Amino acid sequence: MDLIADRGRRVPVEELNTSRLLAHARKQAVQRKFDDMLIVDVDAHHYENEHFNDILPFMENDVFKQLAISGTSRNRGRGAITPQTLGYQDMGGRVTRYPLRGTEKTPDGSFRDVELGHRWMDAMSVDYSCLFPTGMLSIGLHPQTEMEVELCWAYNRWLTEKVLPESGGRFFSMLTLPFSDPDACLRQVEEFGHRKHVGGFMVTTVRNNLAVNDNRYMKVYRAIEERGLVLSFHSGPNWGEPIFKSCNRFLVAHALGFSWYNIVNLANWVINGMGERFPKLPVLWIESGLAWVPFMMQKLDHEYMLRPSEAPLLKKKPSDYMRDMFYSSQPMEIQDMGALETTFRMINAETQLMYSSDYPHWDFDLPSTISDLPFVTEKAKHNILGGTAARLFKLPPRNEAQKANLKKFGNLTAA
Amino acid sequence: MAEKLVAKVSEMKDGDRRIVFVGDQEIGVFRHGGQYYAYSNVCLHQGGPACEGLTIAAVEEHLRADKTSLGLSFSATEMHFVCPWHGMEYDITTGECVSDRKMKLKKYKVLEKGDELYVVA
Repeated sequence: MDLIADRGRRVPVEELNTSRLLAHARKQAVQRKFDDMLIVDVDAHHYENEHFNDILPFMENDVFKQLAISGTSRNRGRGAITPQTLGYQDMGGRVTRYPLRGTEKTPDGSFRDVELGHRWMDAMSVDYSCLFPTGMLSIGLHPQTEMEVELCWAYNRWLTEKVLPESGGRFFSMLTLPFSDPDACLRQVEEFGHRKHVGGFMVTTVRNNLAVNDNRYMKVYRAIEERGLVLSFHSGPNWGEPIFKSCNRFLVAHALGFSWYNIVNLANWVINGMGERFPKLPVLWIESGLAWVPFMMQKLDHEYMLRPSEAPLLKKKPSDYMRDMFYSSQPMEIQDMGALETTFRMINAETQLMYSSDYPHWDFDLPSTISDLPFVTEKAKHNILGGTAARLFKLPPRNEAQKANLKKFGNLTAA
Repeated sequence: MAEKLVAKVSEMKDGDRRIVFVGDQEIGVFRHGGQYYAYSNVCLHQGGPACEGLTIAAVEEHLRADKTSLGLSFSATEMHFVCPWHGMEYDITTGECVSDRKMKLKKYKVLEKGDELYVVA
């Protein structure tokens, strides 16, 4: 296959093979004895848009189902089924796994997304992955609430009935909530919350409708808390957001967007006392990196000290509530080691940080980004790379060495 | 230092590359502008196969005298190779990471012996 380089020049490349592409990751895993350590990736992705022919039949409403199926490429429809966000995630083909993805071969009879997932997980020595969609992360931009509800329902059914059971127990997910409709969110929590491989529910934060503190969501959070599940907020970029229309480079919209949506939602979550209302609900903030967290801790504490009358539910500082919550690591800003060390201290990384790869997206992080940090204790490394997630999602070790390590650092909860 | 056969000189056309293994070392050998360049195939970012991705001209932005931008264009002279994992770009003639020129891939010597090309590692 040819990739297009400068001025239309064609550069011949071999077909993609994930195991071969990630051979250096495997080498790192062997050198660092990662197989002896339970590694959980709390944020990885697949491309569900490649499976709409299988997903859409799970839609409930016949009219929306007919509209959606008619819109698929198989039926020569013109329109996209899910909202599309502008951007150059593949960097003009520089990150070759984007344009080459279709060339990768998988054995007949295997479920393609599971096979591909296992290839990169095995390369990185990741034992379990929390699988999230890609295009559906923009579902909150859909102008039709009914279609958002229908598509989330269909995706969650397909994922829990067709994909996760095929992964040998190595994939789990936090299911996508149709957040524009709180009643529909509750129904999906009640319907899917007990299913195998469901660790919680995920809010796609690229949206402009209800605030996370709206009264209509309280029943949803309570239902998730009662089931002992995790509530996560997965961020994303949206170049079409009015404030980002001034950004003439995708780099800026991407860097700011991923932080921005979590910043807004976390601020509303904390200041409205959600930590007091749902003290047993684990909350996880995904894919904004970490540098924004100390900024928010300082910013919210500073304002709260002077304006406590606007946050009367709080019994401690905003940063204390932020330290009760969890954060995924990727894309971890690793440019200034001193700043990163301070960040780890401020968020209590030893107990609150969980490794995430974001693979196969362009800015993925390997487990070595955590294990090679010079200032992190052995216990913290084990916790961050998998121990904390093993406790939270009740994931068992996959070999005796992992079991011993989980036990050693107090993370063995499921055998 | 060992000399490792890379390819027949007649088989390496401008724009071609080879990846060779010398013990534990992986080395990417490029032919660009009639010259040969050889670098460690381990990216300085997260260890990806730095020499196995796209080669693409540097993107430049030139300014007018009044500091307004002329927009983006491909360089006529500077070529980069790109680590396929995350897109880290390297200058093909120096092995410097273009976003931080202090960071350089290990460079290897390339020898032509008759019609054979060797890398010294």
